[in-house]
Amino acid sequence: MLREDLHPRTDAFISAGIMASRPLTLYEKIWADHVIERRDDGTCLIYIDRHLVHEVTSPQAFAGLAANGRRVRRPDLTLAVPDHNLPTSPRVDANGHPLPIADPESANQLAALRANVAAFGVPYIDALAPEQGIVHVVGPEQGFTLPGTTLVCGDSHTSAHGALGALAFGIGTSEVEHVLATQTLLLKQSKTMEIRIDGTLGFGVSAKDVVLAIIGRIGAAGGTGYVVEYTGEVIRALSVEGRLTVSNMSIEGGARAGLIAPDEMTFAYLKGRPMAPAGELWDRAVAQWRHLPSDPGAQYDATVRIDGSAIAPSLTWGTSPEDVVPITGVVPDPDSFADPAKRDSARKSLHYMGLTPGTAMQGVAVGHVFIGSCTNSRIEDLRAAAAVASGRRVADGVRAMVVPGSGLVKRQAEAEGLDRVFTAAGFEWREPGCSMCLAMNPDKVPPGERCASTSNRNFVGRQGPGARTHLLSPAMAAAAAVTGRLADVRELMG
Amino acid sequence: MADPITTVHGTAYPWGAKNIDTDIIIPAHWLKTTTREGLGRGAFESVRAQAGNLFDDPRYAGSPILVAGENFGCGSSREHAAWALGDLGIKAVIAPSFSDIFSGNAFKNGIVTVVLPQDAVDRLVEVARDGSITVDLETMTVTTDHQDRLQFELDPFRRRCLMEGLDEIGLTLAQDTAISKYESQDAVYRPWIAGRGRYAGIAVGDGGRT
Ligand code: SF4
Repeated sequence: MLREDLHPRTDAFISAGIMASRPLTLYEKIWADHVIERRDDGTCLIYIDRHLVHEVTSPQAFAGLAANGRRVRRPDLTLAVPDHNLPTSPRVDANGHPLPIADPESANQLAALRANVAAFGVPYIDALAPEQGIVHVVGPEQGFTLPGTTLVCGDSHTSAHGALGALAFGIGTSEVEHVLATQTLLLKQSKTMEIRIDGTLGFGVSAKDVVLAIIGRIGAAGGTGYVVEYTGEVIRALSVEGRLTVSNMSIEGGARAGLIAPDEMTFAYLKGRPMAPAGELWDRAVAQWRHLPSDPGAQYDATVRIDGSAIAPSLTWGTSPEDVVPITGVVPDPDSFADPAKRDSARKSLHYMGLTPGTAMQGVAVGHVFIGSCTNSRIEDLRAAAAVASGRRVADGVRAMVVPGSGLVKRQAEAEGLDRVFTAAGFEWREPGCSMCLAMNPDKVPPGERCASTSNRNFVGRQGPGARTHLLSPAMAAAAAVTGRLADVRELMG
Repeated sequence: MADPITTVHGTAYPWGAKNIDTDIIIPAHWLKTTTREGLGRGAFESVRAQAGNLFDDPRYAGSPILVAGENFGCGSSREHAAWALGDLGIKAVIAPSFSDIFSGNAFKNGIVTVVLPQDAVDRLVEVARDGSITVDLETMTVTTDHQDRLQFELDPFRRRCLMEGLDEIGLTLAQDTAISKYESQDAVYRPWIAGRGRYAGIAVGDGGRT
């Protein structure tokens, strides 16, 4: 691997068609385009093109700037939007007046964001704006996320934006402060991993099942130290929404970023979005973006191949996203794992999840269903869930909620009548935000209760203290809602 | 940036658990704070809810070192995890591997993440039950009361920052000329990158809802 001899950009962008001395991967091209300076130890000062900010991981960063008398270097490359704390109950009363937020700490954090964006001149989408939503839904939707850019956010699921061919990754609050102040980060180049999924997805199998299958294969730490690129027929055939679902969960496989080469589908998705280039600039941008895909013969440090045709609708059984089984599978026996540490953690997981080895996944009763989160809250996800919900009823004793990823997704779903499909079936139709994905707002799964969730983390306590989470696709979540059990969506829809 | 740090010495939590995610280190409901302080109270909340847990064991109370398992700090990017550990008094974590984001966050808060092979970590879990451990950044070794001497590697830049307590943002700001040069070239090659300020100043519905 010749990573070391890829020179830092001197005065030209690789993506501008400047020829490199050897075939490069998408990641290497974006990296080379953004190196400002390279130190002897390999640490590079990298330019950051796009910075998304939300209320949870930014207050201490703005406080740091203020304490040192520093400004935001490029407000025009920054976009702030509240999402994690916002309640998903109605935000205005019958007269259109804003309703107060009950939790004083949440209200305080949201107020801090408003004060900070005002003080530092950062573009901001307010909680009441129709464009408000989860940062990772808003970025692509507004055309803020663009191919070939470096994009960061104080949130690990920033990997989602890699679906559009951006080098996108989550950062901590000190790095948020660093980017606000300097528009750069100090980084070392990562190793590259190609995850190639060929074949054709079967009936009832979605992007979520693909990414669950990937994490089940490589493990929760399998991608640590790597930037992943997803390739192959299955990925090419996925819509941009589906690709966002796959890239979103890269971090659950340990990879900080998960890229997908931009193609005609990407360009069609972005064209005309409010913050995307327009007119002559659009044409120039697309011409450059066509240079981004990995060159034939480009070398990856590791390659994983998965047969897409063999992927079944899948879900998790434990408390790590790597604990994946097909819906037709059974709860595994901890003793079946070779690794003693894994055996031990599987035992603990099963105890926490209230499951016994050998139990068929199909038929396990659920009390809650959550359709939402930055993984699965875009229009296509809601359509898939609505197709299952249509003409059916949420089972007795099940609380099922649909939380659109943004106000624009919500509006479009309402224009398509999906809200009526959901409410007629007994689902709650709520305001956009992170919601039950991490239970920072009032949407929580009560202790010991079981939730079929389209979110991305089944960690202990993630959806509320003691909550038991099964990760699955929107269609599978809807199937769980209407049957009251973990169910094979293929049997409902076949 | 934290105070300069050259050695960490003391008792250690002999944990060794694998895949400890940031939701375990500090659960989400603690993230509503707007400061960095006081998060030690929420550290390992779900672990501490269990009787006889390591973190409430008087033998290890206030230990500056945590010995953990593979993939420590996986999950979210919340720097609150590092702040919570720091608030608990932890200055070094030793594990076979760390999530990339966590180790960056730890470093920025003056917490050393020491990567050692699994067998060395197993040994340290044993030693830590009743002995103390020293992490030395000068010699890049972990030593114990029982004559163990384990060599580790540390990124040279991070090591220097830790040992000198450098302000990373200040260092980068000193490179302003290079950053500005990049920006002016970028404006030629990728003129669409500069924002059009579409949302600048937008604050819809300024009606008291926060
Ligand atoms: S939806 Fe969940 S994973 Fe996504 S940004 Fe919000 S809290 Fe994070």
